[in-house]
Amino acid sequence: MDITSLGDFGLAWLDASGPHSDIVLSTRVRLARNLQGHAFGARARVNDRKAVLEQVREVAGELELLKGFTLLELQAVEPRVRRILLERHIASRELVGENGSGPSPSAAVVTCASGPLGIMVNEEDHLRLQSLLSGLTLRDAWRLVDRLDEEMGAHLPFAYHGEFGYLTSCPTNVGTGLRASVFMHLPGLVLTKEIGRVLQGLSQVGLTFRGLYGEGSEVVGNFFQISNQTTLGKSEDDLIDHLEKIVQQVIQYEQHARHVLMRDAASVTEDKIWRAYGLLRYARSLSFEEVMNLLSGVRLGASMKLLPGLSVYTLNKIMIFTQAAHLEQAAGRELPPLECDAHRAAFVRRILATEGDVSPDIGHGSDGPTPGQPSGKE
Amino acid sequence: MGMACDNCGADNAVVHLTQIVNNQMSTYHLCQKCAAEKGVDTSVPSSNTPLTDFLAQMGEGRSEGGPGTKEACSFCGLTFDDFKSSGRLGCPHCYATFDTQLRSLLRRIHGGTQHVGKVYLPPDPAVADRQLRIAGLMRKLQRAVDLEDFERAAELRDEIKALEAAR
Repeated sequence: MDITSLGDFGLAWLDASGPHSDIVLSTRVRLARNLQGHAFGARARVNDRKAVLEQVREVAGELELLKGFTLLELQAVEPRVRRILLERHIASRELVGENGSGPSPSAAVVTCASGPLGIMVNEEDHLRLQSLLSGLTLRDAWRLVDRLDEEMGAHLPFAYHGEFGYLTSCPTNVGTGLRASVFMHLPGLVLTKEIGRVLQGLSQVGLTFRGLYGEGSEVVGNFFQISNQTTLGKSEDDLIDHLEKIVQQVIQYEQHARHVLMRDAASVTEDKIWRAYGLLRYARSLSFEEVMNLLSGVRLGASMKLLPGLSVYTLNKIMIFTQAAHLEQAAGRELPPLECDAHRAAFVRRILATEGDVSPDIGHGSDGPTPGQPSGKE
Repeated sequence: MGMACDNCGADNAVVHLTQIVNNQMSTYHLCQKCAAEKGVDTSVPSSNTPLTDFLAQMGEGRSEGGPGTKEACSFCGLTFDDFKSSGRLGCPHCYATFDTQLRSLLRRIHGGTQHVGKVYLPPDPAVADRQLRIAGLMRKLQRAVDLEDFERAAELRDEIKALEAAR
């Protein structure tokens, strides 16, 4: 498959157009759905999986919402394309078969160039309908995926139980099948050491958090995914509203923490931000983890208007395009780790030179003597 | 020998419930089944307990290989032991096959068993399906009106009308 046709799939959120997009990078809502008459993911036979995929292909072709969609069967695409799908969160680790086994037969993704909707086919559940939007946009993301669910459900016989609701492979998803998650950047809470309390609080109100790549992944760069923990016993709207309310609170805590940082430790904070910028701007070799950690500092600076001229959009792009498969794609070949780090640093330097050249930081007067001038007149 | 269930007398009480009513404290010992029937929420306070812990706890108070654990789903062949080791059910029928065990598990995970979200309308709906669906849409409509989302309310009203006309 021609990788260039992957285009901007799954990247609509990068433009940072949503509300609070400096703190909330993206909002994702997904619904787990299964078809009657077929075993779930792990126990499905090759014929089951094939039948599921064919039904999805047929229905997707008829829907206005999925106009211009692309369906990629993961076994049929190059490994690098699969990794790109993973890096863009269009496919999950399980779907691409990251543990070395490769994808299972008929595992597929449906993705749209024109919109934020996508479907994972033959993962743990037959269907994972999802929408991904910029900023804190839970209601919009829910509305979109709700419509897709309506339209798919009008054609496909979903497994549904009068009492338990939508049936899923894992009982933790049964009922609404809804997982709403908000991807947040919380450096203020981490630096002021308040984050532990906030995260603990989340678990007390039925929410949970994970790192960048979902379940089991580590938290890097102060980025957290916060999502609902339970799926049964509350309506979708209530789950969405509850998460929205708590996330609004977390945003307020984060803003307060930033205020405290600038009040009590302005010079240390500014120094951290400018050092991060300097490293990103000039380093010759950067690991992805290092980029994420530096991006955290720079993102904090951009958000607090300490780095004028640097947009959140640019920082979002750095986050996606400095991942290994994206760099390899740009280079047109595989990159051994060291080379990959060099390509990553070069990419960051280039994009900061063209899009993120902050105005020269001089003229603060009180900071110290101005170079080039004698400190005292004779 | 386990503790006797205060309700049915079976010697496998695993739920110990302390209630305070009118300043009177009383303790009940119930077996899993009676606890479930009484709607006792046996979920642990921390919501971060992984599924495997729930599953491990389900084995407590029962002898290994006791009734129910060897039963296999007639559709996909999954046994409850399979489920306990993988944490994944095999097919939609498993929910009927392991109804009792799953009810207790769902209560632990979600705090209840009754879905109150979207009502699914199958491609060939029966009259009863339509009525449930209409009730669900009415809830959504009420919410849209409360939020003053009149565009959405109008859509929902049309959908309800169409369903009522089809009856």
